[in-house]
Amino acid sequence: MTETVHDLDVRRQLCPIPVIKTQNRVNQLARGEVLRVTCTDPGALNDIPAWCRINGHQVLETRRDDHEVVITLRVGEPSVAL
Amino acid sequence: MSEAATATSVPTPEPIQRRAVALVSGGLDSMLAVKVMQEQGIHVEGVNFFTGFCVEGHTHAIRKKDQDKNKRNNALWVAEKLGIKLHIVDISEEYKDVVLNPKHGYGANLNPCLDCKIFMVNQATLMLNKARELAGEKGFDFIVTGEVVGQRPKSQRKETMPIISSESGADDRLLRPLSARNLPETLPEREGWVDREQLFDFSGRNRKPQMALAKRFGLEEYAQPAGGCCFLTDESYSNKLADLWRARNERRYELDDIMLLKVGRHIRPADHYKLIISREEGENRFLEGYRYQFTSLTTVSCPGPLALVDGRLESDDELRQAAAIVARYSKGRSDDQVVLEVKEPGGVAREVAVTPARPDQIPLEWNVG
Repeated sequence: MTETVHDLDVRRQLCPIPVIKTQNRVNQLARGEVLRVTCTDPGALNDIPAWCRINGHQVLETRRDDHEVVITLRVGEPSVAL
Repeated sequence: MSEAATATSVPTPEPIQRRAVALVSGGLDSMLAVKVMQEQGIHVEGVNFFTGFCVEGHTHAIRKKDQDKNKRNNALWVAEKLGIKLHIVDISEEYKDVVLNPKHGYGANLNPCLDCKIFMVNQATLMLNKARELAGEKGFDFIVTGEVVGQRPKSQRKETMPIISSESGADDRLLRPLSARNLPETLPEREGWVDREQLFDFSGRNRKPQMALAKRFGLEEYAQPAGGCCFLTDESYSNKLADLWRARNERRYELDDIMLLKVGRHIRPADHYKLIISREEGENRFLEGYRYQFTSLTTVSCPGPLALVDGRLESDDELRQAAAIVARYSKGRSDDQVVLEVKEPGGVAREVAVTPARPDQIPLEWNVG
C-alpha cells in the first residue's frame, strides 16, 4: 500500500515561519505519518532538520534545486503542548 | 517497634524532577541560563517567540551577497547544542499591541523593550499554566530567562526586573539564574528546587563573566553577544516604520508590511505612494513574490531592479515619475531612455519609456530610513 504523504507549502515565507508552520502541522498529525514541506528560504534546509532532531522527528529526505528546498519527515513522539 | 525501625520502613520518595520553560533567544545569556538549570538537574524546554521583527537571518536569506553567511536559526541551534526541546511560537499578531501601545514607552528607536519582555514572560506564564492544567506533573514549574541586571538600558535594570515579574503574572515563578543573587529569592529557590548558592550575581554590561562561564561549560561557539535580535532597535528600520504610519495616517501594520521594511531601498515621493526598489538579485526574487499584491515596475530595455509601488499612482505623470526613479537604479541610468514594464496586481502589463531621473530629481528626504 502506498503511504500517504501530507504536503505543506511554505514557499516565499522566511524562517522561522516555515519551521513554525511545520511544527503546527506536525502537531496535527499522528506518530508515523509523513509530511513533505516545500520552501524557498534556503535557511529551512538547516532549520527544519534541526527542529526535527531536537523534537524527535525523523528527516527522511532533503532536496534542493535552484530555488526550492523540499524536506520530507516522519512524525515522532508528540510533545507536551505548550 | 523502635523509632529507628519505623524510620527505615518508610521508603524515601523519589525526588521529583522539576521542569522549567526557558525563553531562548539564541544568544549567549539564555543559553547559559538553561545550562545553569541543567547543571542543577532541572528538565528544561525552550520557547522562542516570533514577533515579525526578529533579525534571525531574514536578510541573509534574502540577499544574494549574504548567501554564504550562516543561515541557521540560533534558537534552534542553541536548543540542539543543549539537548532541549524548543517550541517556536508565532505571536506576531498579538505582538502588534506591544509595538503600537507600549505602556512603558519606547527605547532609543521604536523598540518597546520593557513591554516586550513583560509580554513574552506573560506568554510563557500562560503556556506554563496551560501545560500544568493539561499535563499535571509533566507540566512546568517555573520560567527561566537569561536576563542580567543592568545589561540593557530599557528592560534589564534592577528596578525593571520586579516590574517584569509582576506585570507578566509570573511573579516568583520567574527565575533569572545569571542574576538571581542580585534579586529577591524566587519560588524555585525557596522550595529548594534549585540551589541559590549555585546561581550567579552577574550585573552590568560587561560580558566577561558570561564568557568565562561559557568557557567553564565548554561552550566555545555561541551567537555574538548583545547583537540586536530585533529590527525595532535599528534606527533605519524604525524610521521606515514611522514613515509608514505617518503616510497612512494611522498606526497599524500587517506582517507583510514589516517584512517588506527589511528589504530594498525605500523611496517616498508622495504620502500616497512609496517605491520599494530591490538592490540585488536576492531581493529581486523576494519582491517577485509580492507582485500579485502590488503594482510593480521592472526595466525591460536594460538590466535593472524590480520595484513595488506601496500605495497608489494617481496619474500618468506620477507613473512616469516612479518609472524614472526606478530607471535611475538600473544599468541604463545614463541612457536617454529606459523602457519599463508596469504590471498591475491583476496581471495587466504595459510598457512605458522614460528618461532616468537625475540624482537631483530624487531629493534626499525621499529616502526613507
